[in-house]
Amino acid sequence: MKTESKLEKILAAGHLAVTSECGPPRGAKPDEVIEKSKYLEGIVDAVNVTDNQTAMVRMSSLAASVIIKQQGLNPLFQVTCRDRNRLAMQADIIGAYSFGIDNMLCLSGDHTKFGDHPMAMNVHDIDSIQMIQMVKDMRDKEIFQGGAELKGAPKMFIGAAANPFADPFELRVMRLAKKIAAGADFIQTQCIFNVDKFEQWMEGVRAKGLHKKCYILAGVTPCKSLGAARYMAKRVPGMDVPQEIVDRMASVPKEKQAEEGVTICVETIERLKKIEGVAGFHIMAIEWEEKVEEICERAGLLPRPQV
Amino acid sequence: MITAERKPLEELIEYVKPFKRILLLGCNECVTVCAAGGRKEVGLLASGLQMAMLKNGSNIEIHQHTLERQCDPEYVEELIPMIDSADAVMSMACGCGVQQIAMRFKDKPVFPAVNTSFMGASERQGVWAERCQGCGNCLLGITGGICPIARCAKQLMNGPCGGSTGGNCEISEEVDCAWQLIWDRLKALGLQDMYLDNIPAKDWRSGGGNGPRKIIREDLAE
Repeated sequence: MKTESKLEKILAAGHLAVTSECGPPRGAKPDEVIEKSKYLEGIVDAVNVTDNQTAMVRMSSLAASVIIKQQGLNPLFQVTCRDRNRLAMQADIIGAYSFGIDNMLCLSGDHTKFGDHPMAMNVHDIDSIQMIQMVKDMRDKEIFQGGAELKGAPKMFIGAAANPFADPFELRVMRLAKKIAAGADFIQTQCIFNVDKFEQWMEGVRAKGLHKKCYILAGVTPCKSLGAARYMAKRVPGMDVPQEIVDRMASVPKEKQAEEGVTICVETIERLKKIEGVAGFHIMAIEWEEKVEEICERAGLLPRPQV
Repeated sequence: MITAERKPLEELIEYVKPFKRILLLGCNECVTVCAAGGRKEVGLLASGLQMAMLKNGSNIEIHQHTLERQCDPEYVEELIPMIDSADAVMSMACGCGVQQIAMRFKDKPVFPAVNTSFMGASERQGVWAERCQGCGNCLLGITGGICPIARCAKQLMNGPCGGSTGGNCEISEEVDCAWQLIWDRLKALGLQDMYLDNIPAKDWRSGGGNGPRKIIREDLAE
């Protein structure tokens, strides 16, 4: 065990872990964070707190993580490379750990072009792989990125993202290997609709033994509507939504689409359970947190194990 | 080369409006190559300004001159005989040239006529693209000759990110994914294994992180 993280304990004990997501509000509205977190209490093992997702300014992931921690849940603090240099990152990581937050996800971050401040500088002092390395050294070598000794080291359970659906496909297993070499303890994948392609990626992952070096949490998302399915299929870079999913959503009347989306999600989880190397699920029900309980219930993931 | 584009005429008119006699300076290097501020562009801008000022009912005298390079003090000295007869100078050189003029002639207002953009290369006739950001520690030897700092929108040194689609960057179909290009080159060179090496965090001091940079060649300095 590398940390005291509850998420690590669950995974190390061999249970399928379940994580979900909470996007902080675009304003100083802590009650909204509290409300969202209530839907996830007792349902998931950790809650990802996004960091200026889609390059739109929101309450900081650190602040929202603290609120979630105070509600008794287990935050998974996301940090992108886009908005902070390495000093600010290390300061935030130490700060987060000082509140007892011990899970984090190291990400590149969506380009500012997509958000509400396209005129801002994209920082990218370091990239996500260098961030993983930095956090690993802070934790295990107890040093800052610049080399000086770090007393009061943050014992973070280090996560990264993986996208089996981005191009070039042939690189995607190697990229996971790079992240693991840098120190990633677990990864969460981009949401999976194309299970066949995910299986192909997992074959490559297993061939290199990477599933044994790192816990892989398979990402899933319930489509709220046909419009949502189409949007994800066409407008989100790095997402693979097969036409048959869109067609299935289109085949049911509007008032039944949400239900169909949840059903597809549950079916996907059942298929993913059978894939060797999948250590858990990351359920991204964006602005639909109330559905996570139903999804977990129907997918046989409740009650959550106590460790 | 350094690329630049001419500023909109309206902005340039605002700069020259208060003056009667302008010295309009072109540069024979980079801005000539990208057709922004060479001899020809000096001529075009001089006509444009004169016509605009006439329309407003005022006259303006524009003396045109093009230097070999405006970033070299030796060439800037050539302006001594013509500087007194000008109320103000407008330079069509890149920012380096404009500043050289301003530093040499401290009591003359100096205005830029172009927006200096990037260090780049020509892709084809009339098209220039960013290639180098002067990071001061060139890593082209380990990235198959493609720069991830200048050509990756997130300057990833261990890319690509999850947004790479069909060889394009997530920000636009017009922009190549630099890491796709790097990967293709590594494959062509049989160096795929190199991709697995994690490039460590960059020391940005050589790239301007230590303040404005200077190169001093003792063997050449007087």
